[in-house]
Amino acid sequence: MLEPTIYELSSPGRVGVEFPAPDVPRAPLPEELERQDLPLPELSELDVVRHFTHISNLNYSIDFGFYPLGSCTMKYNPKVNEAAARLPGFAHTHPLQPIETVQGNLALMFELQEWLKEISGMAAVTLQPAAGAQGEYVGVLIMRAYHVSRGDRKRTKMLIPDSAHGTNPASSAMSGFEVVPVPTDNRGNVDLEALKSLCDDTIVGLMLTNPNTLGLFDENVLEVTRIVHEAGGLVYGDGANLNALLGIGRPGDMGFDILHFNLHKTFSTPHGGGGPGSGPVGVAAHLADFLPEPVVGIVEEGTEEIPPLYGFIRPIKSIGRIKSFHGHFGMAVRAYTYISMYGREGLRSIAEHAVLNANYLLARLRDHYPVPYDRICMHEFVLEGHLPGTEVHALDISKRLMDYNFHPPTNYFPLVVREALMIEPTETESKQTLDAFADAMIKIAEEAKTQPELLRSAPHNKPVSRLDEVKAAKELVLCCWLPEDVKA
Amino acid sequence: MNIPTNLKYTRGDEWIKVDGNIATIGITDYAQDQLSDIVYFEFKVDAGESVSKNAIIATLESVKAAADVSTPVSGEVTELNEALTEKFESFNSDPYGEAWILKIEMTDPSEVDELMDAAAYEKYIEEREG
Amino acid sequence: MFIPHTEEEREQMLRTIGVGKIEDLFRDVPESVRFPDLNLPPRMTEMEIAAHLNELSSANESSRDLVCFLGAGAYNHYIPAVVDALIQRGEFLTAYTPYQPEISQGTLQAIFEYQSLIANLTGMDVSNASHYDGATAAAEACVMAYFHFRGKRSKIVLSPALNPQYRQTIRTYMVGYENLQIVGDEPERDPLASPDQLLELVDMQTALVIVQYPDFFGRIQDWTQFAARVHEAGALLAIAINPIALGLLKTPGAMGADIVVGEGQPLGIPMSFGGPYLGIFAVKKEYVRKIAGRLVGETTDKEGRRGYVLTLTAREQHIRREKATSNICTNQGLMALAATIYMSALGKRGLRQVSELCYHKAHYAAEEINAIDGYEVVNGGPFYHEFVVKCPLSVEEINNHLLDHGILGGYDLGKDYPSLKDHMLIAVTEMNSREDIDLLVSVLQEVSENA
Repeated sequence: MLEPTIYELSSPGRVGVEFPAPDVPRAPLPEELERQDLPLPELSELDVVRHFTHISNLNYSIDFGFYPLGSCTMKYNPKVNEAAARLPGFAHTHPLQPIETVQGNLALMFELQEWLKEISGMAAVTLQPAAGAQGEYVGVLIMRAYHVSRGDRKRTKMLIPDSAHGTNPASSAMSGFEVVPVPTDNRGNVDLEALKSLCDDTIVGLMLTNPNTLGLFDENVLEVTRIVHEAGGLVYGDGANLNALLGIGRPGDMGFDILHFNLHKTFSTPHGGGGPGSGPVGVAAHLADFLPEPVVGIVEEGTEEIPPLYGFIRPIKSIGRIKSFHGHFGMAVRAYTYISMYGREGLRSIAEHAVLNANYLLARLRDHYPVPYDRICMHEFVLEGHLPGTEVHALDISKRLMDYNFHPPTNYFPLVVREALMIEPTETESKQTLDAFADAMIKIAEEAKTQPELLRSAPHNKPVSRLDEVKAAKELVLCCWLPEDVKA
Repeated sequence: MNIPTNLKYTRGDEWIKVDGNIATIGITDYAQDQLSDIVYFEFKVDAGESVSKNAIIATLESVKAAADVSTPVSGEVTELNEALTEKFESFNSDPYGEAWILKIEMTDPSEVDELMDAAAYEKYIEEREG
Repeated sequence: MFIPHTEEEREQMLRTIGVGKIEDLFRDVPESVRFPDLNLPPRMTEMEIAAHLNELSSANESSRDLVCFLGAGAYNHYIPAVVDALIQRGEFLTAYTPYQPEISQGTLQAIFEYQSLIANLTGMDVSNASHYDGATAAAEACVMAYFHFRGKRSKIVLSPALNPQYRQTIRTYMVGYENLQIVGDEPERDPLASPDQLLELVDMQTALVIVQYPDFFGRIQDWTQFAARVHEAGALLAIAINPIALGLLKTPGAMGADIVVGEGQPLGIPMSFGGPYLGIFAVKKEYVRKIAGRLVGETTDKEGRRGYVLTLTAREQHIRREKATSNICTNQGLMALAATIYMSALGKRGLRQVSELCYHKAHYAAEEINAIDGYEVVNGGPFYHEFVVKCPLSVEEINNHLLDHGILGGYDLGKDYPSLKDHMLIAVTEMNSREDIDLLVSVLQEVSENA
């Protein structure tokens, strides 16, 4: 046992945070509505602090070390972002306050919308989606609403490259569309001939990640978007890899009609152990009226002296509301802070250094691991995690990296590469860190030949060794109880 | 790899046993081996329901993968092997026996003729492994 | 700036790559669209942006400046310092989704404890690792029920007293499900009528009924009989909850709910102008394999030590792709952690205290307001910490007066319910002192007298 659960640490009668006695008369509660028992643990505040400090030490994190997870953009999360989101005027405003009392929030949201438009080349942006996957769903619903509004109801097929994230087909299917895979050609681009043969008047559109999950910029992107548009389809851009494009190229200029942003990847908001994310969506002018409600706009123009009055606006053909209130505002504050610190001069350097770092690592590893699509890459690249003449798998290499105190790359994705290891260093890592990682990877490639067992049994120095996932799925122990309540 | 010769096979790695116009359907030894330990199974049809060829009749999950099971024949579902929803292990231990999934009364027994025999299925596996 | 490269390192790296300059790495990007000029403001240092943000933040009036009686889905509660101190640890804050369990046991154990606390609080068997917020959790309940019946039951019944934003979100989510009928909250229905009227709509075609407890108007009732009637038709019942209320109130699990959803924001998460929040989602054990989103399960490692992993992942989008029933990919990890720490730090006693304070203070406020000429509390039965007040003037006018006295007034129900024009929804929490409430009452009285 590494650390007991909070339930195991509970001592009946112990008190943590207390509240004052009521300063008003006590009101009676109908007896049948009162709960008899509240089975929560009983701990002191120090018990709580120690417990969560102990378990936090079992985690790997960006603050601790290098986290080259492909497609996740694990860049440094600046501390000033956290301070910003906690300013009382931001953290303690109620979402339904009169707009006159929250002009600071609305100005920030409006400006962030404007910046995201400028960065992406889109005509309108909503900050509402809670995460990338929800942004995608919004995008797909907008595509649906657009075709329906034109009376074009026969469009039911969504084209999705075979290298795409699983969320793309899942989002399409949720909207009732049929998913049609598009193959990748031998340079890692969308196969143009296949695309042409699939494009007809039954396609909703194409969901394209560019750079794609192989870390490659589609050299024919202008041709791809043209082909889809000629067939009457729309092109959706998955913004997972936008970090490679900041100041380099704008999806709007390349023919994308819709794009989602991941503030938690590109714009440095923390991943928090799996969320919250934030997935704003940008659209081209012909789709602006379909954005989910609400978007932030100017409801009364300002003058030289008086700033404009910001408020919420419902786009006239809106697909509706997709979550409570107006998005993950706290994440918007962090992204706003981050963009401000790079500004017009600096934003492009993010993409430049992300791409520089990825190509540098690729150059150092090329001779040691098979590279399925060996081109200049963008912000990430994919290696094969099976080495000729050895029996080790991508999983073994990943687990062995932990022994060297590195987080493993994304593995077994994209599906188009056998035993994929997908590596994204991000721009915030130094040459020294990259060299140390490359050295470890090269050493592991040697170990795979000389001591494969070392890889197969890794990790060796972590809090736990490989865990039994079959047992977890079969026995399904999903919660614990107070010791006195433990059922047989 | 166990491939009984008295059964017919699909490209989706289902097996089918024909007894008069009753077809029994399951997944092959190769399929269970590819999926590894099955941790979940669910029927997608009810007894008494009519199904057409290629309809999804059940779904299986391991810790790494999920797979749908389709019927290669049309007809009416006459019996479900309800015990499977609790006993996932039998997919791994006895795919051709205890782990039969359901029985269908076929409306068009000629559909069986399109399926592979054991030799053809073995070759089909080899092609994919190649 | 957060890019560490020196000029010399850049040169070395470019040499290793075999290109002359950084621009050469972007030749795949068509020249016609390459290197656009971005019209963004000039960059700021940390000191400058901190000052600018302070200015923006100060342009708002927050619940630190105003006395807050606004609820309607987001609530002003006290957050003990320990919550934020712990969630700001970089080990939690800057970790990714725990796909590599050997080096993510901290996040995994915290989620396991979150699942345990929510299951115990709601009286359900299983909680997932969370959804985005209460509204999307409610939408996921609809999706789950739809697939549970394999699309063969085509009706979802929504209580008109379910949070309007939840109902809107559900409609947006379900637009691609052809033939699905969403009924129960038609505008002509009296939103304050007995929920038993909904039972007339529940039939053999019904997949799911969703009610709220306390409902959007703050009302509470025992749903046991109602649940039994829903189950008679073979349908599922989802109850949307406020977790703070469950410190005091009988659990939805004990009343027969199949699914519990809810907004977890009151559990130690700042209002933050609407997000990020926490979507609670819990079920009875027979539905565990039908729920979307992440689940953490206990298991052992090769040496037999206890550890935790993400489990039942084969249901998720990264494996099932277009066959997944949900595209969800994140959970609200850090917000779930905040709720876990909040519930642990308050514990059995503290949560009960907060829950009771809200109840008693709300009842004091309701009684005082009801006694003023021109105002009437129209809940017509037991309520928790929100109640509906029929006002002598428009809610907007009243709220303007309240704001002049430093009070953030209640929610204008007329915005969502035409029949509730001039009705205000008032929320009271432990943050409102008796003096705050007395001030609210005196200003309301003044407004009424001057009307």
